[in-house]
Amino acid sequence: MIEALAFYMFAAITVASGVLVISARNPVHSVLFLILAFFNSAGLFILLGAEFLAMILVVVYVGAVAVLFMFVVMMLDINFVEMRQGFLQYLPIGGVIGLILLVELAVVVGGWHISPELVAAGAAPTPDAQTLTNTEALGQLLYTHYVYLFQAAGMVLLVAMVGAIVLTHRKRTGVKKQVIADQLARRADESVELVKVETGKGI
Amino acid sequence: MLEIGLGHYLTVAAILFTLGIFGIFLNRKNVIIILMSIELMLLAVNINFVAFSAELNDMVGQVFAVFILTVAAAEAAIGLAILVVYFRNRGTIAVEDINMMKG
Repeated sequence: MIEALAFYMFAAITVASGVLVISARNPVHSVLFLILAFFNSAGLFILLGAEFLAMILVVVYVGAVAVLFMFVVMMLDINFVEMRQGFLQYLPIGGVIGLILLVELAVVVGGWHISPELVAAGAAPTPDAQTLTNTEALGQLLYTHYVYLFQAAGMVLLVAMVGAIVLTHRKRTGVKKQVIADQLARRADESVELVKVETGKGI
Repeated sequence: MLEIGLGHYLTVAAILFTLGIFGIFLNRKNVIIILMSIELMLLAVNINFVAFSAELNDMVGQVFAVFILTVAAAEAAIGLAILVVYFRNRGTIAVEDINMMKG
């Protein structure tokens, strides 16, 4: 009963904020609704027993990705009212394609059943939650059977980080910066000039 | 109705995925919203993975959800970096103006 109520609450808020993400007038509001959607999907994950993924969702998505979006939305100086033009123009075609996709997904979801052999042939059965927590179970799998994929995921993140820095880094001209080598290489005879000034005259 | 099963989670994921597609069509001008729609679709895929993982009693689904999360974070970082560079060069992020390569 409680579980059903929690599920319907999380699911309803997730879907509603998903609708608002794509229809909000202000992109800042879109990002905030995206954060709400992520939080409520984290609730859905907890209901499914995947606590570690729920926490990762909050940390990675809300803490990093959504804040990155927020930075970019606020950094770019864009006329967002102008961006909204053509919104209604694309509504029919988008609605038709979305509806077709939803019907297809409903057919898939409604018409399938899991064969009993598949359940028995699971690659890594979930251990009992009393003996092993979700995080420990995930770690025992991730660092043994999937360690190469784990390393590859780390490489993906590294390449993404390097790529983002290379893309956005720029040499700015006209910025005064301290060059310590130049300062140390300066000598008195090339920087100080003694001028003999005659009495009663300026330089 | 009160018994929550796999079908319920799949329905939520299907609706979220459709919303992502719909968002891409609806916001044809604003690349930031398009990137957010892609995030919504990846979230729907993750919900599917975790729901099947719980239903089939198999941890592998959650392992793959972790990898999807990683790729989604990398994709968002690179996408936004490209967006910032593009805005710096052209002063706009409208999709229609991205036509320098005449593709």
